[in-house]
Amino acid sequence: MSRYDSFVTDVLVIGAGLAGERAAVEAATQGLNVILLSLVPPRRSHSSAAQGGMQAALGNSAMGKGDSPDVHFADTVKGSDWGCDQDVARLFVETAPIAVREMAHWGVPWTRVTKDEHVYDGKVIHEDPENAGLITARNFGGTAKWRTCYTSDGAGHTLLYTLDSMVLRLGITVHDRVEALSLIHDSERCYGAVARCLRTGELRAYTAKTTVIATGGYGRLYGASTNAIINEGSGLSLALDTGVVPLGNMEAVQFHPTGLVPSWILITEGARGDGGYLLDKNLHRFMPDYEPAKKELASRDVVSRRIMQHIRAGYGVESPYGDHVWLDIRHLGAEHINTNLREIATICKNFRGIDPVKDLIPVRPTQHYGMGGVRTNIDGQAYGLKNLFALGEAACWDLHGFNRLGGNSLAETVVAGKIIGEQIAKFTAEASLDVKSSLVEEHLHRQMDRVTRLRESRDGTEYVYDLRREMEQILSHHVGIFRSEDSLQDAVNQLSDLHERAQRLGLRGGGHGGDPELDAALRLPGMIRVAYCIAKGALARKESRGSHFREDFPHRDDANWLNRTLAYWPEGADEPELRYEPVKITESPPGDRGYGEATRGPDSAKP
Amino acid sequence: MIERELTFRIMRYNPDEPEKKPHLQEFHLTEEPGMSLFVVLNKLREEQDPTLRFDFVCRASICGSCGMLVNGRPTLACKTLTKDLPDVTTLLPLPVFKLLGDLSVDTGVWFRDMSFRTESWVHTDETFDPDAPEKRMDNAVALEIYEAERCIECGCCIGGCATANIKPDFIGAAGVNRVARFMVDPRDKRTEREYFEVVGNEDGVFGCIGLMACDDNCPVGVPLRDQLAYVRRKMASAGWRYQKV
Ligand SMILES: Cc1cc2nc3c(=O)[nH]c(=O)nc-3n(C[C@H](O)[C@H](O)[C@H](O)COP(=O)(O)OP(=O)(O)OC[C@H]3O[C@@H](n4cnc5c(N)ncnc54)[C@H](O)[C@@H]3O)c2cc1C
Ligand code: FES
Repeated sequence: MSRYDSFVTDVLVIGAGLAGERAAVEAATQGLNVILLSLVPPRRSHSSAAQGGMQAALGNSAMGKGDSPDVHFADTVKGSDWGCDQDVARLFVETAPIAVREMAHWGVPWTRVTKDEHVYDGKVIHEDPENAGLITARNFGGTAKWRTCYTSDGAGHTLLYTLDSMVLRLGITVHDRVEALSLIHDSERCYGAVARCLRTGELRAYTAKTTVIATGGYGRLYGASTNAIINEGSGLSLALDTGVVPLGNMEAVQFHPTGLVPSWILITEGARGDGGYLLDKNLHRFMPDYEPAKKELASRDVVSRRIMQHIRAGYGVESPYGDHVWLDIRHLGAEHINTNLREIATICKNFRGIDPVKDLIPVRPTQHYGMGGVRTNIDGQAYGLKNLFALGEAACWDLHGFNRLGGNSLAETVVAGKIIGEQIAKFTAEASLDVKSSLVEEHLHRQMDRVTRLRESRDGTEYVYDLRREMEQILSHHVGIFRSEDSLQDAVNQLSDLHERAQRLGLRGGGHGGDPELDAALRLPGMIRVAYCIAKGALARKESRGSHFREDFPHRDDANWLNRTLAYWPEGADEPELRYEPVKITESPPGDRGYGEATRGPDSAKP
Repeated sequence: MIERELTFRIMRYNPDEPEKKPHLQEFHLTEEPGMSLFVVLNKLREEQDPTLRFDFVCRASICGSCGMLVNGRPTLACKTLTKDLPDVTTLLPLPVFKLLGDLSVDTGVWFRDMSFRTESWVHTDETFDPDAPEKRMDNAVALEIYEAERCIECGCCIGGCATANIKPDFIGAAGVNRVARFMVDPRDKRTEREYFEVVGNEDGVFGCIGLMACDDNCPVGVPLRDQLAYVRRKMASAGWRYQKV
């Protein structure tokens, strides 16, 4: 056995974004030893890129008056197309206001209510002077009230910097530039993880009483995505590869209506929330034709579909990168754009050379968020393996069902971090760490063997970047916004083939030290398995719900499909196995969302 | 449009192979419309040399991962478009920070150390009351805090700073700005004297010799010149007072 570094701790948190750090803070506050792992320095985690804000029913702003956890609950459940677990949604909405205030206590400079009047969509808004100085909110899609708390254009940034300041203050150990490669487990219980130092390439063993997956999203499986390039779903394959932990609802993939063409950098929903319009090639504002009530601010799945529907009807603007529509925020004025939406102005200038104060912004729906993830119960415990928890975007808690509302994800990270962090602390206080060293070595060996085989190209010479490109294209072409049987079957067949080829990867470079090609080659097979779960789940689900839209089954089918997909990858299998479980409905029986195709059929609105 | 043939001279060094001295390697590729250095470097890695090391995370000038010297100037590679570059471009890693390989440097460790030294968290004895409404804050104050908090820790101000290049312990503009962020925050109960102990010295705010390259180099436009002046003013008067007592 070659030498390797090993670390022992009470709680091992894989992922130092908002979810991981919030849970770590909770566990450390309760006196536990915590190690946080991250691919990058914590503050560079993808959470920092969220510009819009987080939802919490504070009801301080004039347009949020009368808001309450009940209204937030109704919006969330409706947004999920009744696919979420309602006990989780209830717990979430009740805790969100506390979590947002706690973040204020720790240092987030939330934007506050002012006495100035402002104009929105032609109406003058007067704030209640009594509320001046309290945390204010902006408008986001799919919500009955203005509920999204924000810090100018940097909600995720300030939340993450503040949480990380708590990590510093509590002296929590952080190992950055470290990637977890596999969980150490015996199919009953999890004992930690095998990881690789991305600086030196050395393998390490981390053993822990409790292991937590908080690795964020998988957007990069779809080449075109608003996500950071490190969002490759490796945390999901950690769980899937145990053979016993399922991924929930992987077919539920959110496309954000406004990715900037062609870099696919996100133009935040704040742009439409603050009053931006969507225009077609004739500069006609088309959303009111389809969605007279919510217009540009119907839920994301609906706006994305309406845009694609309008483009398909011939109203898109032609471009070398495919047809797109325009986002128009010019009428908001230079001052508003350069403070509250500054990041948008910067992005437009830097990446497209345009100024949104006077130019139109070319946008198109782009992969943005995964509602699916490691399936857990309401306490955050993963299905199938003891001593394993998951939270944040990597988890399927399941708050979002088939469509997440903008602002509910940042909120989920800190709310779940608080609640599940407490559960982790409670659980760990009772747990012991008795792991056989042979088990640790067995798992280490498996990874060492993979490294050697790749370096020596023992299994073949398939090139990681070629296969990766193919995977991205399969998902983008066949498992996008509009889905149908033949196309999905194609995707499944191609992914099956690709998965086999991924067993024959070999390196072109040497693969020594922190070699990027080796990083990628170690990751890719797991990514393809996660992609397979997405495609197979989508093929099996013969209805339309939230973001999952089947052209051949355009309606929601509660009689047969009011359930959650659980995708397992049994050891040695060459494809995932799908099972289903019921959705928890406690308060709100399935109904009409009040926007989207159920309310106005796809042909009802021809502009 | 006539396609340009671009040349990139990129510094190569692998700490695992110390016998191979750092050197510039030349790469060529054809320019594409809207091309950024993010696209260029990934293309080079995927198509020409899979061992090339560099860091990107957000590719949208938000996360601060991709600082490097582009023709001698520290900036974010992801927001550098090739249309603004000459035919031949030299890419070097940011100086001051530990080199991990090629263009990849360990800014994360540097910033963590600086954050510890400046005790970058809100110092308060108040405990959080989950049942109480939040403490009020004037929105102007919130905006002022955010103005300093906007730093993305990319290290461009440090890599381009003459003082930081010769004094390894100097906290630089990023460090001084960090102190400013907490000084303007009414939730932080530190006294001027406590701040003085942290930054009122030659490795802190008095180490700056006022060349102000940082102010020009900041890729997100944090007003570093103003922040430096603010902290220096406060610390100068504090120093004067404490020396008298
Ligand atoms: C551009 C953009 C804007 C957004 N804006 C908003 C918004 O305004 N409001 C909102 O509510 N939501 C928004 N979202 C969604 C939201 O930002 C994310 O869902 C959320 O931040 C995810 O947080 P997280 O902690 O779960 O994961 P992340 O912040 O992605 O963190 C994941 C962590 O895991 C680590 N990691 C991953 N894999 C491994 C591994 N194998 N080993 C070790 N470490 C690993 C990473 O290094 C990182 O530290 C936005 C998303 C995008 C893409
Ligand atoms: S990659 Fe994030 S700033 Fe350049």
